[in-house]
Amino acid sequence: MLQTNLEHIETEEQFKELIEKNEKVAICCGRMGPMCIPVYDIFEIFQEKYPDIQFRDMDFDIPVAVLIKGLPECRGFWGLPFTVYYRDGKFVKATSSIQSAKEVKSIVKAVFT
Amino acid sequence: MHKYDVIIIGAGPAGLAAAIYTARAALSTLVIDESSAGGQVKTTHQVANYPGFVEPIAGHELAGNMRKQAEKYNTQFKLAADITALHLSEQEKWVELDDDDKYSMKFVILATGSSPRLLNIPGEQEYKGHGVSYCATCDAEFYKGRDIFVIGGGNSAMEESLLLLQFVNSITVIHQFDVLQAEKITADKVTTNPKVTMLWSHEPRAFYKKDNKMLVEAENLKTNERITLERDGIFIFVGLVPNSDFLKDTPIQTTEDGYIITDLQMETNIKGVYAAGDVRDKKHRQITTSVGEGTIAALEIIHKV
Repeated sequence: MLQTNLEHIETEEQFKELIEKNEKVAICCGRMGPMCIPVYDIFEIFQEKYPDIQFRDMDFDIPVAVLIKGLPECRGFWGLPFTVYYRDGKFVKATSSIQSAKEVKSIVKAVFT
Repeated sequence: MHKYDVIIIGAGPAGLAAAIYTARAALSTLVIDESSAGGQVKTTHQVANYPGFVEPIAGHELAGNMRKQAEKYNTQFKLAADITALHLSEQEKWVELDDDDKYSMKFVILATGSSPRLLNIPGEQEYKGHGVSYCATCDAEFYKGRDIFVIGGGNSAMEESLLLLQFVNSITVIHQFDVLQAEKITADKVTTNPKVTMLWSHEPRAFYKKDNKMLVEAENLKTNERITLERDGIFIFVGLVPNSDFLKDTPIQTTEDGYIITDLQMETNIKGVYAAGDVRDKKHRQITTSVGEGTIAALEIIHKV
C-alpha cells in the first residue's frame, strides 16, 4: 500500500473509469522508494496547482499495474516509477525513473495545454 | 510585493528546523523549494540515527513530520517553485518566483542541500530509466540475472553494489582511481565477491544503447586509451554536489566546489543572509548536523529581531 496523500488506483474498474471520465489524467506507478516518493510529492503539490488534472498513484506490485507495465511505451522501462499521462481517454506520454518538479511541469504543459 | 520576516530557501531538515524556530517565535516565515518538502531525507529508506526514534523511521515519514511541525506554527510554503530572480544585499533582500510574484524578507536562510552528482556525459539523461539508474533499491530487480556496470568507488557505490549483488549476474565497477574511497569493510565485501570485476583508473565518456544492451565508452586515465564495453545496465553513484547554482549572480561567497561559506553563527559574507545544511561548507553532512545548523541560524535571526 502506498503511503501518499494521492488517491490510489487499486482496481481495473477504477483505472478505466478514471481514464474514460476525465480529460486530463496523470498516474505515477511505483513503490515507496527513493525515486518514486519525490514524484508522488510533486503530484500532491500539482493537484492543487492544476485542479483540472487528475493526479493519481498506483502500487507497482498490484495486479492492475499490468495495465501500465504492459503498455508498449513502457516495455523498455527499467526504472521506477513509471509515470503515464492520458488525455481524452488516450495515452499521450510516459516517463521512467525519477522526474523533477520542473520536468513534470514541462510535461504537464506540453501534453495538457 | 509580499513581505516576510524570514524566507528560507530549501525545505530539507535544515530549512524545516529553522522554520519551526522562526515561525514559533512569531516571525512571518516562508519556505521555498523547487521540489517538495523533505530534501534528501524523504528519499532515504530508513533513518536509524536520528535521536528520539528508538526504531528506525522511514525517511519520508520523518520529513513529513518535520513539515507538519513547521506548518503547525504557521510557516507558509511555496513548493515546486522556481526562483526566477534573487537579490541579496545587506540593505535589500528579495526573491521572485515563477508565479511572477516577488517576496521580500529581512532575513534569508539558504538551505538548498545537495543532489546526486551527474556525470553529464552523452547518453546519461537520454537513457535514464532505460538502462541508466541511480537507485539500486528501486531498480535492482529489473536487472535480475543480468550483467551491469557500477560507476563510482565511494561508500554509496559500494553499499548499493552489495544490494545489487543479490540480484545481478555480474558487476563491473568503473572507478577513476586505482583504489576505492569507500570504507574498507564495505569495499572488501564487494571486491572479494567473485561476481565483481574492477576497471580501475577509467572514466566513462559516453553511454550508448545497442538493441537492449548498454554500451559504455570509457577512457583509461593513465594512457588515454578508450575502450567500449557492453552490459545490460549502468548504475551511477558518484557523490553529491551542492545546490547553489542559483547563487551565481549574487555576492554570496562559496568554495570552488560551490559550498556556501559561513561563520560559526551560520551567517554568510552578506549580513542577514544565513546558510545551513548540506549546502554549507563543512566536514560532516548528517540530518542531525543540518537540523543543528538550521536551529543556530534561526536563533541568530530571532535574537537580532
